[in-house]
Amino acid sequence: MTSPSPHSEKSVLLSVRDLSKSFGGVKAVTGVSFDVREGELLGIIGPNGSGKTTLVNLITGFITPDSGEVVYRGRNITGLMPYRIARLGIARTFQMVRPFTALAAFKNLIVPLFSPRVKSLSGGRYGDRDAVAKDLLEEVGFERESSVTYKPAGSLPHGYLKRLELAKCLALRADLIILDELFSGLSIAELASIVPVIEKLVVEGKTVIMIEHRLRELFRIANRVVVLNFGTVIAEGIPSEVMQKDEVKQAYLGSED
Amino acid sequence: MTTKKRKERLDRGIKVRSDDIFALTSYREMLYVAVPSVLPVAVLLILPLILPTYWQKVLISTSVFAILAMSWDFLVSVGMVSLGQALFFGVGGYLAGVLDHHLHLPIWLTIPLATVLGGGLCTVCLVPVLRLRGIYFAMVTLVLPLMIERIIEATGFLGGTEGLTGLKPFPSIYAELYLIVAAMLLVLFAVRRMMSTDYGLVLRAIQENDRSVMSGGINIYYLKAQALFLGGCACSFCGAFMTHVYMFVGMPAFALDYSILPIASAVVGGMGTFAGSTLGAFILVPLSEALRGIGGLRTVIYALSLTVFIVALPEGVFHYIQRKYKQFERWVEVER
Ligand SMILES: Nc1ncnc2c1ncn2[C@@H]1O[C@H](COP(=O)(O)OP(=O)(O)OP(=O)(O)O)[C@@H](O)[C@H]1O
Ligand SMILES: [Mg+2]
Repeated sequence: MTSPSPHSEKSVLLSVRDLSKSFGGVKAVTGVSFDVREGELLGIIGPNGSGKTTLVNLITGFITPDSGEVVYRGRNITGLMPYRIARLGIARTFQMVRPFTALAAFKNLIVPLFSPRVKSLSGGRYGDRDAVAKDLLEEVGFERESSVTYKPAGSLPHGYLKRLELAKCLALRADLIILDELFSGLSIAELASIVPVIEKLVVEGKTVIMIEHRLRELFRIANRVVVLNFGTVIAEGIPSEVMQKDEVKQAYLGSED
Repeated sequence: MTTKKRKERLDRGIKVRSDDIFALTSYREMLYVAVPSVLPVAVLLILPLILPTYWQKVLISTSVFAILAMSWDFLVSVGMVSLGQALFFGVGGYLAGVLDHHLHLPIWLTIPLATVLGGGLCTVCLVPVLRLRGIYFAMVTLVLPLMIERIIEATGFLGGTEGLTGLKPFPSIYAELYLIVAAMLLVLFAVRRMMSTDYGLVLRAIQENDRSVMSGGINIYYLKAQALFLGGCACSFCGAFMTHVYMFVGMPAFALDYSILPIASAVVGGMGTFAGSTLGAFILVPLSEALRGIGGLRTVIYALSLTVFIVALPEGVFHYIQRKYKQFERWVEVER
């Protein structure tokens, strides 16, 4: 890699092929296909109920698709258990943040740090998990040695809970990080501190998929966006072009934030 | 302006292990920290020597129920609500019976073997339903022991309704007493220690949010199976132990009592600390024995006192005592 190559030349990390899932009569996701290239920051947008979270659940194994497949690094991972997919290096956050309330904030990270993936990546040893956890919290914007690090996660303000979710992905040392509405409910100041963390991830070579409603903030950092509506892809491309398309304008009509 | 008095509560703030400081400054503080664990242990070691025979028997069954309650409490804290501690208990009991009756093994082999095999057998039985959550898992555990009981009755398998009799006794009642008290203390301290390690922390996290644990790359089914094995071993030990105490094992080993009383103990004593479930057993089992004399109304009074405990101290007796012990109260003047 001597010269900076355009994204199209980088290898495909994750490939979603013709994925469908319905709940009873509700077709949550229908025939969705797209590729994510290594080192890319892909945005997935769409109105409420358009199937974004379902898509995340399908990729990470929390739901098995009715048809279609998910291929990661050339390997078909459809139907694998969520923990297996996580061990392959796909981490996710949950739209509904539910931390381990009774545990101190940094102790929440012990869970991913306890996984075999972390052990094998650090040469067969787990090391001092508490110290690693505190470092990770600092990375996502917990002030070093501040009391929030030690507070029970149940008592943390929303902004910190979101950062804690992100830190869990970092703890797993994932290669692909899927963030389900990480920005929702964050103040402008909190956004300003968390956006650089995500940009840094991409610089470090991680691949990121961001589900977002906060379009302005997303478009500033995303390389490419996929637009969902009623469970199907209605547009795909670079942010500024996608928003010019009529279908997208229509889908967002009235639900623009 | 009137001066009134108001009760003020303060935390004593003495901790042995905290996240980063370790500080015990005086003899008094050391006493303060040591008393809650040393005193009950001392009492439990002396009790077998001073109790009359009848209450020695009560101490034995109390300790057994304390272990069953801790096991239940442990499984709950890993997200598995069991309504069938009788399954683990009965399997352990019958295994010890079979090992003694058919293989003529000595008592110091039947009990450890029944403990481990019982834990393993129950885990194997329940692994297929580990994916069921909440009430579904609970229903399966409730039904299994009842089912086994009926199978034994119908087929005459394992001695049928007669059970297995003439099994080897313990050398003396003191051997029984000290073995079960020691086992109870071992379970209590071991499980408390384990739950404070990272392993225990991950186990507890499963109960709170299993999806989040899975997305951390952790095989929750494997961990739940491990927890089931540990909890099952503790109960199977009790079953095997009681088989040799009674020198008999029969269908009553799968009785509903062994499922329900541990839950009541954990709820009355307070869940999540294991000391609470132990304390609960030490309240309920002797209470139930003391009420034995009054005949028909026993169950009514028992149920009423259970309700009173739960309504008055919903957090559990242990949590209440612990809170009081860690606070001191004083009267302060309030200006109005
Ligand atoms: N477990 C489920 N059972 C039944 N229906 C579901 C389930 N999960 C999602 N749905 C339905 O599928 C559709 C897509 O939901 P999904 O949560 O994926 O949307 P979303 O794009 O994430 O929406 P939002 O922007 O509000 O988070 C909705 O109509 C929803 O009601
Ligand atoms: Mg969603």
